[in-house]
Amino acid sequence: MLNPIQVLCSDITSLSLEPEPFASYTEADIISTVEFNHTGELLATGDKGGRVVIFQREPECKTEPYSQGEYNVYSTFQSHEPEFDYLKSLEIEEKINKIRWLPQQNAAHFLLSTNDKTIKLWKVSERDKRPEGYNLKDEEGRIKDLSTVTSLQVPVLKPMDLMVEVSPRRVFANAHTYHVNSISVNSDHETYMSADDLRINLWHLGITDRSFNIVDIKPVNMEDLTEVITAAEFHPHHCNLLVYSSSKGTLRLCDMREAALCDKHSKLFEEPEDPSNRSFFSEIISSVSDVKFSHSGRYLLTRDYLTAKVWDLNMENKPLEIYQVHDYLRSKLCSLYENDCIFDKFECAWNGSDSVIMTGAYNNFFRMFDRNTKRDVTLEASRESSKPRAVLKPRRVCQGGKRRKDDISVDSLDFTKKILHTAWHPTENIIAIAATNNLYIFQDKFN
Amino acid sequence: MFPKGTKRKFSDSGDEPAAGDEDVNQPSSVAVRMLSSYSLQRQSLLDMSLIKLQLCHMLVEPNLCRSVLIANTVRQIQEEMTQDGTWQIMTQALSAANAAAQCSADRLVATEVLCRQTEGGVTMSTVSPQAPTSYLPGTFGMDPCWEEENGEDEEEDEDSEECGSGSEEGDSDRLVEDSRTAEQVFGTFEIKNPAPSPDPALEELFSDVDASYYDLDTVLTGMQSAPKMGPYDLLESLSSHGPSPLSSSTSCRSDLNELDHIMEIIVGS
Repeated sequence: MLNPIQVLCSDITSLSLEPEPFASYTEADIISTVEFNHTGELLATGDKGGRVVIFQREPECKTEPYSQGEYNVYSTFQSHEPEFDYLKSLEIEEKINKIRWLPQQNAAHFLLSTNDKTIKLWKVSERDKRPEGYNLKDEEGRIKDLSTVTSLQVPVLKPMDLMVEVSPRRVFANAHTYHVNSISVNSDHETYMSADDLRINLWHLGITDRSFNIVDIKPVNMEDLTEVITAAEFHPHHCNLLVYSSSKGTLRLCDMREAALCDKHSKLFEEPEDPSNRSFFSEIISSVSDVKFSHSGRYLLTRDYLTAKVWDLNMENKPLEIYQVHDYLRSKLCSLYENDCIFDKFECAWNGSDSVIMTGAYNNFFRMFDRNTKRDVTLEASRESSKPRAVLKPRRVCQGGKRRKDDISVDSLDFTKKILHTAWHPTENIIAIAATNNLYIFQDKFN
Repeated sequence: MFPKGTKRKFSDSGDEPAAGDEDVNQPSSVAVRMLSSYSLQRQSLLDMSLIKLQLCHMLVEPNLCRSVLIANTVRQIQEEMTQDGTWQIMTQALSAANAAAQCSADRLVATEVLCRQTEGGVTMSTVSPQAPTSYLPGTFGMDPCWEEENGEDEEEDEDSEECGSGSEEGDSDRLVEDSRTAEQVFGTFEIKNPAPSPDPALEELFSDVDASYYDLDTVLTGMQSAPKMGPYDLLESLSSHGPSPLSSSTSCRSDLNELDHIMEIIVGS
C-alpha cells in the first residue's frame, strides 16, 4: 500500500481566517482532536476554542476522476464554553480533548465531545425539506387573518437548501475531579467510558445524572501519587474489555465481568526496562501518550515519546513490534525536558487493515510504518509541499554523517510545529493530519 | 541553556574524576564534587524540575500527569544523591549556613509541596524540629511521613539548637505541629550556595533564582485541592485537607519577606 508513497493532497485550512503562509492565528484555532466517523464520510475536528468543525466527503464525481471525494465543511458549532470553577478559583478550559462518533443508527449522526470536565452528546441532522401551505400561518410565520381563509389545504413538504442542525442532546457533567483525557464508545452502542488522570467512569448514553466508577487509581494519600492514567479505550468487539495506559508505560487490560471496580487488571502489559538506556528521563519517555486497539481487536498500538509499539493481547511481557519514531531525539532529552517538549502527547493510528501504523512528530513531520514490509516513511504536512494533486515527497532527518540534499538536520527541527493528532479513514487510504491550526487531508491516488 | 542530557550508565561513575569519589566524605571537597560534570548536570536537572513544578499556570489547573512525571524525576535524583552521599554533604554545608540564618515559625507554611526531608532540615524552614528525617518521596498532600534515620546525631543536635534559637514563639508544641506539614522547597537555593564562598561560576549559573521560587505551594495546592466537591466526591472532600489556594498564597507572601532577608545574608556573605 505504501509502495509507492504517493498521496494526493487536498489542503484544507478551514480554521485559519487568512490562508497566507505567514498569517497569524489565535490560540483558539489550534486543533486539539481529529476523528473520522465509522464510515469515513464525516471528519470532525475540535479546537482549543471549544469549537467543533465537521467535514463531509463529497460523493465521487465520475466526470472528474481526480476529484474523488474531497472533504468540505459540513457544520461548525461551539461545543464547549470556557467555565470558571468558583470553588477552586480556576478556569476550566474549553479545549476539546476528544471527539468520538457513535455508530450511525438512523439518518442523524451523533458524536461525543469532551473538554477537561464535561462530556456532551451532539446530534447532527440534516434538514432539506420544509412544510409549506399552513392554514393558520403564512409563509413568514405570521398568523393569518382568519377571515381571509376560504379553503383548507394540506401542508406539503417542499425541498429547501440543505441545512445542517446540531443540537446538544446530553450533557454528562460533574463526574470528573481530574482532567478527562479519553472517551471511548463501547461496542454495545449503549455505554461509553470517560477517563481522567485517576479514574475511569462508565456511562449510559441515555443517563446523565449517574455514572459508574470502574477504575480508580487514586491513592489514599495524594503524596503517594506516582502514576496517572494517560489514555483508555474499549475493545472494538468485546464490550467487557477495556484497556488503559499509564504514565509509567504500562497497559492494563480490564474485564468488567470480573468485578464492579476494575482496579485489578486482567492483563498487565509492560516492557522490561533496558538498563543500558536508563537515564533520569527514562520514566518520562516511557509514559504512554495514546493507546489504540487494532480494528481486529487482536493488537494494541501505543505511543510513547520516542517509539510506537504494537502489542499482542496474548503476550504481556513485551511488545510485538517497536518502531522508532524519532530516535535522534534521544540525545536531546535534556533540552526537550527544559522546553517541555518531552511532555508532548502524540497520538497514533491504525489503517483500516491494521497493516500500517501512523503517528506524528516534530517539524510537521509524520511517520507511517508498514508492519508487513517493515518499510517506513517520513512525510511533511506543510503548505509548501502540499499543493493540490501534488505527491508528497518523503523527508529525512540526518544526524550528521552523510547528508543528502533536502535532508533536515536534527538541530534545525522546529519543535513548535508538532503533529500530535492524526486520524486514518476506517477503510480507505485517506489520512487527516492536524498541524497546529491547519488540517491536511491526504489521499492515496491509487484508491 | 542547560547542558545536553547525557545518558546515565547503570554503573556510572566514569564522569567523575577518581578524586571525587575519594573525597566524598570530606566537607572541603564539596565544591570540587559539585563542580564535577555529572553532579552539575544532575543538580541543574533537579533545579530545573523544581522550577517547573513551581511555575505552572495558575489560572488553569496544572496538568497532573506532567507534575507527577516531574516529581518522580526529582525523587529519582534525590534518591540517587542520597545514595552516593552527595546529599549528606550538601545538607551538612547548608545546615551550617542556616545556623546563621534567622528562622521563624511563621515560615512553616501549611501547604502541600514536594517534600524534601533532609537530615539537617536543610530547607529554609529549618525550624522543623523533626530531625533526623530521611528523604521521603515527594508529597502531594499535607503530611509527609517523618521517618527516623539511623545515625547523624550531630545533625539532630544542631537542628534542635537552631530550633531553640529560631523559634520566636518559643512554643515547641506549635513547631511540632507546624512541622507536620510539608516544607517548602527552598532547599535548592541553599544547596547551590553553601556557606563556604561559592564559586562565581555557580553563582552566575543560579543568579536568576528569585522569590518566585516560593510560590511552589500555591501551585501544588491547586493540585491537592483538585478533589473538588462534586457530588461523587463528597465524602472524599470531607477528608481532603488541602488549604485553599488563597490562604496559602497569603502566608506565602509573608514568607517572601523573610526569605528575601535570608537570601541577602547568604548571597551577601
